[in-house]
This record gives sequence, structure tokens and C-alpha cells, in this order.
Amino acid sequence: MSHPERLGASGGGQVSAIAEPPHINGNPSLAEFAARNGLKQSAARPPIGKYIRQVWQRRHFIWAFASAKNISMYTESRLGQVWQVLTPLLNAGVYYLIFGLLLNTSRNLPHNTFIPFLVTGVFVFTFTQRSVNSGAKSVGDNLSLIRALHFPRASLPLAYTIIELQQLLVSMGVLFVIVLAFGEPLTWRWLLLVPVLIMQLLFNVGISLVLARVGAFNRDISQLLPFILRTWLYFSGIIYSLSALKKSPRLAHHPWIGHVLEANPGYIFPELMRYSLLDTYRGYVKHKLHEQTIHLWGYAAGWAVVMFVVGFWFFYRAEERYGRG
Amino acid sequence: MADAVKEKVKVSGAPDGSAPPVVIDPSREPIVIVDDLHIIYRVFGAGGKGNAASAFMRVLRRENRPSMKEVHAIRGMSFVAYKGDAIGVIGTNGSGKSTLLKAIAGLLPPQSGGVYTEGQPSLLGVNAALMNDLTGERNIVLGCLAMGMNPDEVKEKYDEIVKFAGLKEGFIQLPMRAYSSGMGSRLRFAIAASKSHDVLLIDEALATGDAKFRRKSAAKIDELRNEAGAVFLVAHQLDSIREMCNRVLWVDEGRLVMDGDTDEVVDAYTEANGK
Repeated sequence: MSHPERLGASGGGQVSAIAEPPHINGNPSLAEFAARNGLKQSAARPPIGKYIRQVWQRRHFIWAFASAKNISMYTESRLGQVWQVLTPLLNAGVYYLIFGLLLNTSRNLPHNTFIPFLVTGVFVFTFTQRSVNSGAKSVGDNLSLIRALHFPRASLPLAYTIIELQQLLVSMGVLFVIVLAFGEPLTWRWLLLVPVLIMQLLFNVGISLVLARVGAFNRDISQLLPFILRTWLYFSGIIYSLSALKKSPRLAHHPWIGHVLEANPGYIFPELMRYSLLDTYRGYVKHKLHEQTIHLWGYAAGWAVVMFVVGFWFFYRAEERYGRG
Repeated sequence: MADAVKEKVKVSGAPDGSAPPVVIDPSREPIVIVDDLHIIYRVFGAGGKGNAASAFMRVLRRENRPSMKEVHAIRGMSFVAYKGDAIGVIGTNGSGKSTLLKAIAGLLPPQSGGVYTEGQPSLLGVNAALMNDLTGERNIVLGCLAMGMNPDEVKEKYDEIVKFAGLKEGFIQLPMRAYSSGMGSRLRFAIAASKSHDVLLIDEALATGDAKFRRKSAAKIDELRNEAGAVFLVAHQLDSIREMCNRVLWVDEGRLVMDGDTDEVVDAYTEANGK
């Protein structure tokens, strides 16, 4: 990180020379006078426990802010909220055109599985992708809000992740229709999508908090992110089946590559969602490829908890410095 | 108050000696203490040759972006405000008045020095939290939540806000971008004034709208002022400063020029600015 942890060490070097509070004739300095009267530093970071409580108290604001942003996002267009459904559909259409028809990455999968496979992957991955993107901008885009009102700044990346969650829930409706239309049965396994989404939400909140801090102090990151995210997409087995790829002769001799690719959260969450929703795909991985999938749940839980805790802590450490620009 | 002056202790002066010394009045309870405060903020996108080649050369030479300017807005300010104070802040445009308020509110982190407060100082204003594409109704809820109310308090205040804003029938269900500027500012004020604060910071240009609304909002500010522990008011209209404040800070180029009784400071300021 290029930004310093402590106040007073950044940029204006001429100022740090007079950081020492003035002492005259042995009288107490103003800082001591303030401490004696129980006054607190106005721009100080609260202790972590209090901070968490503050964020929790702001949950209604976070939800209202997210909903408001979501509504106002489409007011300019004539179709309005319909775009919430159209955008993921068009995305899936483009990927199908290129990877399904032109490049034919579907050749390994059983008949009629590729489209539900692809759409599930794209929708679920997009949730993470968009959380990262909007998280990086969440502080910079709301400087006027930060400079006008008091609230724990973590509310902003949290709200932006909630916006993406709301969008995803709409996409999920579309996804159910597509999956059922392709003849997938509705089984009790569909219930597993709830824990998958909760774990993914935790992970997304964490990663978006990390990027919120990075993006707040290095604006250039938002120019770079699209490339990083696209590379991530191509590594994540969204448009091809990683399980099938692992069985291909070239990767079979280097099993470690498969293990590394499998530990990627960008792969884990979409893949778990596929196991929950797509009976055919799960059967294919289990009985045709003889792959174990249970460890992916462990990975998912690990990523969710670690990312959430690390992200929150990392964001919190700079709490008092957001808004300086 | 004049008697108390004798007991006051001089604690510090500005580094260059031109600013008034800070005196502590032990008989009163302090509520805001500003201690040798420096605020620097960075502004992006100002000037500079805007082509890729020159930007690349800058990166190679490890220079800062010329379009990034550092503004040293507050240059070492110290004072103590007490409970019950109504403090006016005066100075020319760009002298650092608004920045000072934001620093007291804890919204602009200090470069060095510090601001110590009892309770949470808040700026009067919620404009930044409101969204023009949303209806007045939704904006009331959003604004109140943004100020830290919980949903029950919002419900409680809702009718009061609508009534205070006094919008024409049906406008509350329209998006705010359909409002006239007067209507918009009335609603914004009504939302902002619905919450009471420990330390109230008022940045000028609040009294907008027609004469009737101006009277109403002046009365509302008085009410808020009485509820708050201390008030800071930034204004260019010296009349309202004389009317509302018992003490005035004169700020110039980020430094404190004078700190004292209202009439004394306002008179000196008026004289200096050749009015």
C-alpha cells in the first residue's frame, strides 16, 4: 500500500515539523486540557467493537441506500427495471454465442447442459465481479456524502455489495426459469443455493471492503480492475468445465495445476451453485468424471470467513482517513 | 463574563505569533477544543497538460501529477468553545470557514493537531445523502436514516417533515428532480432540521425560499440552537451573526485573526474590509 498508516507522514512534509502541541510556561497543552475534561478526538477511529455496533445500527441506512441506488440506476432508461433482467440475459447470450457456438467449449458436457451451466456460472461470477468493481469505487464516488455526514464508512462498500445482491436475486429468478426450461429437475438440493449465496455474500463483502480501501487511496485501480477481473473470469471455469479440463491429458500429468485452480473462489461459488441447481451436471461430474466435490464446501466456508474478517479489519484500519481524497 | 477574564490562563499562541492567544476559562465547561489544527486536502483533476505522452514522462521522472493540488486550508488554529456558546465564523470566501466546520465535525481528518469534542458535532444538512431520481417520500426516509435515526424515529418525524416543508399537494410522491429549486431546498432543510445535535454546525445559505419559509426556518434554527450544547454558524450576513452569536472567530487564509466578543470582532472585520 502506498499510503501511510499514520497521520502526518504523508505529502505535506512541512507540516509535520509543528505537530508537537505547544507548551508555554508549564501550562497544560490544549490536548491535555481536552483529555482532562473528557473530550474525545473528533476524527478518531472508534475501537473495533464499537465500530461493529455502529455498522449494525446503520443496517437500515445501508439497505435503504442500496435500494435507492438500485431504483435510481435505471430511471433514465425507458425500460427501467427491466434492464435488471435484460443485462444478465444479454451477457449470457454473448458468452453462449462465443464460447458455445464459435469456440465450442461445450464439447465435453452432456447434451443440453451447457446453457444452464454457462448461465449459472456467469450470473454467480458476475455477483463477485461487480461487487469488486463497485467496492473499489464506493468511497471515491461518495466523497460528498463522507464529507457531510457521520456514519461508519464501511456502510458504503456494504451497501454497494447489497446493491449487487439485489441485482443477483433478480437474475436468480431468470436463472430458475432457464434451468427448468432446459429440463433440469427441481430437487431438494436447490435449497443448498441458500448457504452458497450466504458464503458468497460474505466473501464479496470482504473483497469489496479490501478494494474500497485500496481504491479510496489509489484511484488508478478502477482503470486496472476490468483487466484483472476478465483474467479471473477466464481462470475460473465459468465458460468451460474445470472438472472436465482436469481429466484432459495435458493437465492429468500435473495434478497440482488442477488443485490450484480449484481453490479459486471465483470457481468455487459458481461451481457449488451448479451442483445445487443442475442435476445433470452434478451427475456428470460425479459418475462420469469420478470427482469428489465435498471439499469445495470447505474451501467456500474458509474463503467466506477469512475474506470477511480480513476485509473488515483492513477497511477499519483506515477508517478515519477516508474523505481526505 | 468580564470578571472571568482575569483568571484565564494563557496556554499557547500561533507559531508565527500573529494569531490571538488561546485562553482557558476554568469556570466554564469546554465542549469543543481545537488544538493547532492543520488541514490539507488533495484535489484531483486541476490543470496540467492532458496528453498521454506527458503523463508517461511524469511517471518516468517520478513526479507528482500536476493535476493533483494540495490545498493547505487550515494552517494552525487553536481555540476553545464552551457549553452554551453560539460562535459565528466570518472571513472572506476561501478563508477556510467551511473547512473548519467540517474538521470540527470530524469529517476532514487533520494533517496534524487535533479537534476534541464532547458528543458528536454534526453539520446541518443532508443534501449529499439525497437522490434526485427518488421521490420526496423516499428521500425523507433515506435522509433521516443517513443522519443516524432508526426506522421508528423516521416514522415519528415523517409527518412533521412533510408539514414543515409545506410542499404543494402530491409533490411528495414525485421525484425530487421535478421540484423547483425552492421546493427542493425547503424539503432538504426540513429533513436536516428534524434531528437535534450535541454540537450544531451551520454552514451559510440556509435561509432559502420565500419570506414566510425564511421566518419559519429561522425559528427552527433557534429551536435547534437551544437544544444543542454549542453552535457554530458560518455566514456572510453579518446581521445574522450579530443577532445569533455571543462570540465570533475571524478567519483569514486558514489562520485565526481575531477571537472575541461579537461586536468587537465584527466591527474590526467590517473596518478591515472597508465597508
